[in-house]
Amino acid sequence: MTAPATAPSSSLGGQLAAPRSWRVPIVLAVVAVLSLIWFVVFGKDDPTRFTWSDPGDVLYLDPTPANPRVLGIVLGVLSLAAAAASFRWAWRRRPVPVWLSLIVGIAFLVSLVAWVGAGGQITVESLLTSTVSLSTAIVLGALAGVIGERVGVVNIAIEAQLLGGAFTAAVVATTTHSYELALVAAMITGAAISAVLAWFAITFLVDQVVVGVVLIALVTAITNFFYQQVLADNSAQFNDPGTLPRLAIPGLADIPVIGPVLFDQRLTVYLMFLLVPFVWFMLYKTRWGLRVRALGEHPLAADTVGIKVNRSRFWTVTLAGLIAGLGGASLTIGYAGAFVQEMSAGKGFIALAAVILGRWNPWYAALAALLFGFATSFRIWAGGAGAAIPSDLIAMTPYLVTIIAVALVAGRVVAPKASGKPYIKS
Amino acid sequence: MKLELRGITKRFGSLVANDGIDLVVESGQIHALLGENGAGKSTLMNVLFGLYQPDEGEILLDDVPRRFRGPGEAMAAGIGMVHQHFMLIPVFTVAENVMLGHEPTRAGGVLDLPAARRLVREISERFGFDLDPDARVEDLPVGVQQRVEIVKALSRDARVLVLDEPTAVLTPQETDELMETMRRLAGSGTSIVFITHKLREVKAVADTITVIRLGRVVGEAPPTASTAELATMMVGRDVELTVHKDPPRLGAEAFVVDGLTLFGAGGVRLLDDLSFSVRGGEVLAVAGVQGNGQTELAEVIVGLRSKASGSIRLDGEELLGRSVRHVLAAGVGFVPEDRKADGLVAEFSLAENIMLDRSYGPPFAHWYGIDFRARDAVAERAVEDFDIRTQGIGAPVGRLSGGNQQKVVIARELERDLKLLLASQPTRGVDVGSIEFIHERIVEVRDSGVPVLIISTELDEVMALADRIAVMYRGAIIDIVPADTPRERLGQLMAGVVA
Ligand SMILES: Nc1ncnc2c1ncn2[C@@H]1O[C@H](COP(=O)(O)OP(=O)(O)O)[C@@H](O)[C@H]1O
Ligand SMILES: [Mg+2]
Repeated sequence: MTAPATAPSSSLGGQLAAPRSWRVPIVLAVVAVLSLIWFVVFGKDDPTRFTWSDPGDVLYLDPTPANPRVLGIVLGVLSLAAAAASFRWAWRRRPVPVWLSLIVGIAFLVSLVAWVGAGGQITVESLLTSTVSLSTAIVLGALAGVIGERVGVVNIAIEAQLLGGAFTAAVVATTTHSYELALVAAMITGAAISAVLAWFAITFLVDQVVVGVVLIALVTAITNFFYQQVLADNSAQFNDPGTLPRLAIPGLADIPVIGPVLFDQRLTVYLMFLLVPFVWFMLYKTRWGLRVRALGEHPLAADTVGIKVNRSRFWTVTLAGLIAGLGGASLTIGYAGAFVQEMSAGKGFIALAAVILGRWNPWYAALAALLFGFATSFRIWAGGAGAAIPSDLIAMTPYLVTIIAVALVAGRVVAPKASGKPYIKS
Repeated sequence: MKLELRGITKRFGSLVANDGIDLVVESGQIHALLGENGAGKSTLMNVLFGLYQPDEGEILLDDVPRRFRGPGEAMAAGIGMVHQHFMLIPVFTVAENVMLGHEPTRAGGVLDLPAARRLVREISERFGFDLDPDARVEDLPVGVQQRVEIVKALSRDARVLVLDEPTAVLTPQETDELMETMRRLAGSGTSIVFITHKLREVKAVADTITVIRLGRVVGEAPPTASTAELATMMVGRDVELTVHKDPPRLGAEAFVVDGLTLFGAGGVRLLDDLSFSVRGGEVLAVAGVQGNGQTELAEVIVGLRSKASGSIRLDGEELLGRSVRHVLAAGVGFVPEDRKADGLVAEFSLAENIMLDRSYGPPFAHWYGIDFRARDAVAERAVEDFDIRTQGIGAPVGRLSGGNQQKVVIARELERDLKLLLASQPTRGVDVGSIEFIHERIVEVRDSGVPVLIISTELDEVMALADRIAVMYRGAIIDIVPADTPRERLGQLMAGVVA
């Protein structure tokens, strides 16, 4: 601009400055103090043994005994420090970085695990491995959801895509004895369900939420029907796929803890690991991604530069369905080894929550999905650990953590502006 | 490139927005398309740009008939357009916006951002634009956003450039700069279609002028034609371009705003310590380029935003922090800037809209329900007094023209006994005839001793109505000046130049 002199940004007597946003620091401080009270004041002194490897492992690490109270003090102080740091950020009117919140969150979870496991042992490896297994479908579903919303279509039907993918993967793997075919079939199923959603939403302008809910009901009914009529009585013929083999990556798989969690997994998990950065890269670094994001923000503007709005939206949502379908396969041939009625069990909805909690960003959405997976894994483990207090109560805490996490990110609205809005041309 | 439109007709349902329009734009010319709001200018250009398909007629480029099924094809043929409402993605950077749709890429469709940045720098240097390719568009002032749009069009080698009401969002100085850019472009052989309803601009820059009214071409004129002639062509009858008003008979300081401050998300100061007062019988007009806090000021006064600090007193009573209902009941008449979004319910009838602000009490409602007879009487009177052209008070207001819709809003607000009239963009998108009429009504309110606060981005309107002018810039009132302040000085203030 050419203005030689501009008005002072603040007028005389303007001691008034922008109000600072204290929400994040306050939440962090509350969590830190709460964890100090819970894990220190009401702390336990029976040592918890963190075991890192199985006795038969190539690289064996001795279990680490830890006093939960001492651990609670250390981590609680760390959290307090992080909260204090976040106050500094807020004081300078800058957004508190996500990693500070992550530190506090993880410190809380570790203290909680140590507290629950007091007097016993915690097999860190199995806790984390099961977190990964239980998160796979959620992560993949969330990735599909992120792409859909980025291009402007709310994919409520992730649940249906997971369920459909799980079903086809099991049946195809059993009948053809080919896991490759089963994966492909599951992905196509996911894409097909997405395509129906996109078609109705884009061509007939049916409300996206309504189509999504109808699709979920439909796919649930169909898979229930076939399960009861066909699969249940002929499981050897149709529903006995087994699971994908574990592919241990030589060398890396032997690293304690990290090895089994990251490098001794099934194909579906590896694909998940690869897809998160891949989707991020595609969305933010490629021509395709730029157009996708443009369509989700301002479809008319995209139209005026020659991008075919509805066609692109349709194909993008359909392709994203491939990923959700893969997530479905991860439930059967990637984990359970057979199809069970309604086995997606709300994971699609949790994936949707992960999309929002993850601010429509593949990395954050995957992190959010992992948090949900951990919550489930923790509940299973805590139930078995035989803690003194009711396990249901303990099982609640990860959800509490989630709600806190939501409180931290809520308010910063970055949703794609045109998400869920149909584009109607004159 | 030479552009020719032949017999273009475009209908929206029963409405004929373009009726057999012929237009020839010679290569390297600045061709002004002059017409009132709703004349069909934007529609015509959207047809040219492939956004709408014409019902009849053809488009010729360099005498070759062309058909554009979409904007992509129009752009490929060398047509660029700066839309009236910018087609920019707010969360994208300048470079991303410019490259969208024709992205330079490396292998595998990976964006080549450095190439896009270079392109932006190169084109903006040619026109002295000084654009930062990495700035986010939403952080840029409107004037700069417009330059992004121009660079966007030029980056695709547009040889016909359409500018749809480009000056609506600019300060007078920025307008001058834009005209300079237009001349330079024309000099290098680009044909320019310049759409506007402001006569002064047309005369300053156009080589040829085509006037359209109600979807038809009513004639061509050279830029030497007088303003009065052009206005008559545009409106179809002689018009008065100035408002007659007597010197104000000032009353007491009735409306006093003190230290009004409002913060937006992320701590932006939307309103920055505003202090001013309006006396009875006086019009204070708030001038400024769109987006400098005017919208927020109106919203805070009416009570639509709750988190402001400072004070707003009307006849001594504090209004800040009170509900909208309370504020209206205190005697504030409010004409919102966007009548479609905030002023009217399009599906409701005229009569229903007339009673919207007092739906809960007299004279429209008893404790048990609506007094339809009273309502209809008021509506009939409004139609009569305000010369509202409608099929009847039962017809949905959405079907009225912009000018008549605005009259409905004004009629509703003036129906009450007012202690303050707050009118935001009182004549935006309104035909010249209605503008005159509305301005006269506003002056009447002032002459009856009521303080009037006008918020307008149209400098002509501000200068016509104001007794004093407050100029807003970046949320602050940077000066309050007398009504006879020269246009140039006001333009400087609007650009934030104080000294
Ligand atoms: N998409 C549309 N649907 C229906 N009517 C429209 C549409 N676009 C414009 N119109 C109508 O067509 C007429 C011409 O509008 P427009 O071309 O925007 O006028 P201008 O740009 O000259 O102000 C107006 O009466 C307007 O209400
Ligand atoms: Mg227009």
